[in-house]
Amino acid sequence: MSIATKDAEAEPFIRLQGVRKIYRGRREEFLAVSDVTFDVGMGELVSMVGPSGCGKTTVLKILAGLHSHEQGTVRIGSQADSFDAARDIGMVFQQPLLLKWRRVIDNVLLPAEILGLPMAEARERTGHLLEMVGLSGFAQSYPYELSGGMQQRAAIARALVHDPKLILMDEPFGALDALTREKMNLELLRIWGESGKTIVFVTHGIQEAVFLGSRVIVLTAGPARMADNFLVDLPYPRSLDLKTQEAFGDYTRRIYKLLGME
Amino acid sequence: MNEGRETLRKWVLIIVVHLAAVLAWQAWITFGKVEPYIMPAPLDTFATLLEFKTYRWGHNTLITAASVFGGFWLAVVVGVTLAVLFSWSRWLNDAFMPLIVSLNMIPKVALGPIFIVWFSYGLGPNILIAFSICFLPILITTTRGLNEVEPELIDLVRTLRASRWQIFTKIQLPGALPFIFSGMKVAVVLAVAGAIVGEFIASEEGLGYLMMQVQVTLDTAGMFMAVLMITAVGVTLYAIVLLLERLMVVRDARMD
Repeated sequence: MSIATKDAEAEPFIRLQGVRKIYRGRREEFLAVSDVTFDVGMGELVSMVGPSGCGKTTVLKILAGLHSHEQGTVRIGSQADSFDAARDIGMVFQQPLLLKWRRVIDNVLLPAEILGLPMAEARERTGHLLEMVGLSGFAQSYPYELSGGMQQRAAIARALVHDPKLILMDEPFGALDALTREKMNLELLRIWGESGKTIVFVTHGIQEAVFLGSRVIVLTAGPARMADNFLVDLPYPRSLDLKTQEAFGDYTRRIYKLLGME
Repeated sequence: MNEGRETLRKWVLIIVVHLAAVLAWQAWITFGKVEPYIMPAPLDTFATLLEFKTYRWGHNTLITAASVFGGFWLAVVVGVTLAVLFSWSRWLNDAFMPLIVSLNMIPKVALGPIFIVWFSYGLGPNILIAFSICFLPILITTTRGLNEVEPELIDLVRTLRASRWQIFTKIQLPGALPFIFSGMKVAVVLAVAGAIVGEFIASEEGLGYLMMQVQVTLDTAGMFMAVLMITAVGVTLYAIVLLLERLMVVRDARMD
């Protein structure tokens, strides 16, 4: 094995080092986040968990290129896996943010339209994606005809339509009821397995973070900083049984302790 | 099926109530011994339709409809265009929106005599009065609609490097449509009022002018019929707006 390939292998898809962000108000400065250092490998599903005001959304927006940062370095893409900021990011938010006046299929196609991708191919792809997220019979429905969970599935399909390498999710299931949320967690793991995307998943649900993530980043508020970054050594595919296992409990306890909730 | 029956029920009810109101009106005049120059009976009112040579209903209604429709659609075009410009330029908005709101405080009816001096009698000044009275609601609702976009949706399309034009055509404008229609519905009523006031003071034709003519002879039946025709013009425009809304705005997004 040559040194070059070794380097490429060692080089993660995303690398953040000592990232710090300050919002400047008129009178005072506000530390949004600090000490953020973590790597994300290609195809990994990383959870970022913490209370309100810990800066997890800020980190996500920095990754999305929507925010600048004061200190530290952010690099996405490696020699092995190039990264085009315009085409390789798919986003999912807490609200589905579907356009009311577009049918589900046309909502999913929005990123393809904006990027000017060949529409025939995009339409075909949309068909497959709707099938993957379990909405194949609803392509011609309007958003108001779907339940909250189904709308969020459409939003996930929309994030995948331009075949981005990185999916950024900001509490995507936070507005759903508890049962739907558990169901969507399982669905997300399946979709992740089928699509092989790299996912950064922001949540304030500690159990959700451990259940989904191959790695968990813990952020704390006051001061807003990164407190922990650990691998979750639980095998995929994961099922709800996992939550009753001792190892799962150990991981969640570790996070509760960091957040001073023990 | 069920929905169809529900609609039918609603329409039957609407027609029955309207007919009942006309019947009650007729009964009141017949049995109440009301002087016809105070309050004409519906039958006498409708009878004036037959004397089309005296009243020139077709011509006068067309003239009134022209100033109502002209003023209204001019207001839609100008209101929406201004709102779009204001949404593109913060500076334009901050500079001119307050001026427009101040100008709106002018009682538009008072502009009638001035418009006569500027533009003489006729359709033109009446269209302008109708326009000036009804364009602000359209401007204001459209401005609100264009600004009513979830910031996270903007984030989402910004990661895709969407151009401002794409954001405008794909998100802002279609999102503002329900707001535009809600402004248009308010504007219909105002446009009719504006056009009629214009005809009262600065016209030689139209239903408003006709009312002033027959008032002199205490021809209340003619005046009532003119009012009904004016109402019909307004209802027609309102129906067109509702139909357009049905075609252009998905049910969930419609506002009242």
